[in-house]
Amino acid sequence: MVLNKQDCQLIAQIQDGLPLTSRPYGEVGRRIGLSEDQVIHRVKALQAAGIIKRMGVVVRHHELGYTANAMVVWDVPDHQVDEVGARLGARDCVTLCYRRPRRLPDWPYNLFCMIHGRRRERVLEYIDQLVITEQLGEVPRKVLFSGRRFKQRGARYQ
Amino acid sequence: MDETDRAIINRLQDGFPISDRPFQAVAGELGIDEGTLIERLQRMLDTGLLSRFGPMFHAERLGGALSLCAMRIPETEFDRVATQVNAFPEVAHNYARDHAFNMWFVLATETSERMASVLGEIADVTGFPVYDMPKEEEFFVGLRFDV
Repeated sequence: MVLNKQDCQLIAQIQDGLPLTSRPYGEVGRRIGLSEDQVIHRVKALQAAGIIKRMGVVVRHHELGYTANAMVVWDVPDHQVDEVGARLGARDCVTLCYRRPRRLPDWPYNLFCMIHGRRRERVLEYIDQLVITEQLGEVPRKVLFSGRRFKQRGARYQ
Repeated sequence: MDETDRAIINRLQDGFPISDRPFQAVAGELGIDEGTLIERLQRMLDTGLLSRFGPMFHAERLGGALSLCAMRIPETEFDRVATQVNAFPEVAHNYARDHAFNMWFVLATETSERMASVLGEIADVTGFPVYDMPKEEEFFVGLRFDV
């Protein structure tokens, strides 16, 4: 999808959030000189093209009681990493799962997944279960719990 | 946070309609009125239970770049370095973690060129190397928190 000038104006207008008003797309259109129908049409197109991944809310998981937040990193042989990643990503307790480059010799891990929970003990149980059911006992791994959070905000692109 | 707030959060993690009266549509599903939904959303944003309401963009498809970065910082230097790193507007969030690599942050830049330069600037300002690990593959997950 090629973005035109109006799309860029639209993205700039909504990237910090939608207006909390009865007709939010109409209100956005009023600010940038488009009709409500035009805004709805373009936002749908942006979502269909995957430029908008989803619409909705982002929770501050910490404030909602999900205070135990583990990044589990694995050193999976390259020829198996995509298959293992797909399996881990399909598990309910895994909230994010990515393949990333190793940074040898300091950092040998190439598969990262996030597991959030209300208590550290529970998160460790989830990880033990994952290791058993996905047969990952031989795969080197590390569990990095988060400590202090210094900053959380959405990314801005324009 | 009461049952209605929980229902709103759970529902809006699964999407938001792109239509002329989207709040009315969601409120109808939840059995509340439109004004109540808007009011409660505003309050949860104001109090920080929710960090965003609206579209989540795909950074790379907008021409931007994202990377997860890690640093190994001695305990005595940690607060100084955290302050210096967080001063970069490209740092989206930053967590301490219990590992030799003890500082982990996400960088989001408008262009891939800016990513390369901001990585160098952070290393220069802090005096420590930055290990950047941009995603190579994203495995499907449904990131949501049942509340």
